Amino acid sequence: MAGKPKLHYTKGRGKMESIRWLLAAAGVEFEEEFIETKEDLEKLRNGESANFLMFQQVPMVEIDGMKMVQTRAILSYIAAKYNLYGKDLKERAWIDMYVEGTTDLMGMIMYLPLQPADTKEKNLALIIERATNRYFPVYEKALKDHGHDYLVGNKLSWADIHLLEAILMVEECKPDILSVFPLLQAFKGRTSNIPTIKKFLQPGSQRKPPADEKYIAGVRKIFNI
Amino acid sequence: MSGKPKLTYLNGRGRMEPVRWLLAAAGVEFEEIFLETRQQYEKLIKDGVLMFQQVPLVEIDGMKMVQTRAILSYIAGKYNLYGKDLKERALIDMYVEGITDLMQMILMFPFSPPDAKEKNIDSIKERATNRYFPVFEKVLKQHGQDFLVGNKFSWADVQLIEAILAVEEKIPSVLSGFPQLQAFKTRISNMPTIKKFLQPGSPRKPPPDEIYVETVLKIFKK
Repeated sequence: MAGKPKLHYTKGRGKMESIRWLLAAAGVEFEEEFIETKEDLEKLRNGESANFLMFQQVPMVEIDGMKMVQTRAILSYIAAKYNLYGKDLKERAWIDMYVEGTTDLMGMIMYLPLQPADTKEKNLALIIERATNRYFPVYEKALKDHGHDYLVGNKLSWADIHLLEAILMVEECKPDILSVFPLLQAFKGRTSNIPTIKKFLQPGSQRKPPADEKYIAGVRKIFNI
Repeated sequence: MSGKPKLTYLNGRGRMEPVRWLLAAAGVEFEEIFLETRQQYEKLIKDGVLMFQQVPLVEIDGMKMVQTRAILSYIAGKYNLYGKDLKERALIDMYVEGITDLMQMILMFPFSPPDAKEKNIDSIKERATNRYFPVFEKVLKQHGQDFLVGNKFSWADVQLIEAILAVEEKIPSVLSGFPQLQAFKTRISNMPTIKKFLQPGSPRKPPPDEIYVETVLKIFKK
């Protein structure tokens, strides 16, 4: 059953956004079913097909006859299937290391709206500090050392797509974050112009906007947090 | 240059323990460097050896690998513990990620305040019993095979036995409702490489104690 992948999540970025990015970059069309109420989630958890959600959690992506859960598992599968995971074990190791770094950085941003209001300023400052001192220098150096357009193996991979997503997300926190990273600026320009990615960055695509108060309130209600 | 993988971490389980388990299960000997002081850690950072200024660090096949998942995926791939194709890898990844979420609760437990500890044990018990163990009990029951994926020993089996033993240290009776997992635990524990790892004198580390917690706070305190 070929069918398009079907994504189950709330109508916002959260943990699903990296999956939307990767599918879009790979030129894969996908459908989405949005969880809007607690009842929607309960239906997924306890519905007719009781093993819809392996660990009772979303993201869940129906793909190739599987009901995949766990964001990293889903991303790894998509990356490998669409040849975005390097040519051998060592290239995969580099891609994995880079992706884990951008995952940690984007994770900080994802949880920001869920934290107590009086810690927001401090947490935002930490995100900026980490992006500037811990994460972005690594990717700037990687691009400088080999002089290629892409992070690994001179070929577009999951690591590049993830990095672009992270750059744009941090820029939403601090627009001039790339001011000291000339190679990342060039990388951003280049990668944004890849046809599938350019399409995803245009209005009307399945890319989701940053979380607003209404979305966060919905998330709190649905997931009881 | 011995050629053995070299692990740099504290002298305790933490985030390195799954790596020790997987290498041991694969029958791979390794060396360890233990971080005992903040100066050692700062020197590693200064020397540019830690990609994101963090440990675990595993020097393997000419790479200085960081990020636990990246390290584990590489070892699993290298030693044929990652299934035979993309779909088996997907299953292994899903199982491992679920188990990792459970292990994360155990990892953080020593660092929770004393008055939260009882509540945290209850949470661990609840999640293990209602969310995670039932999945693997069902998988084993449905296919009736010895291993979780593809009728062959894989990273998923190693991760599961590590988790079972770790949870049992806190909740000894946790497997009482899971006969398949009890049999699984016995079977896997008796595999030669695992059996060796479970014996005294192996690189397996003991549960975290107060000294370990103090060392972590001392070395990584910002």
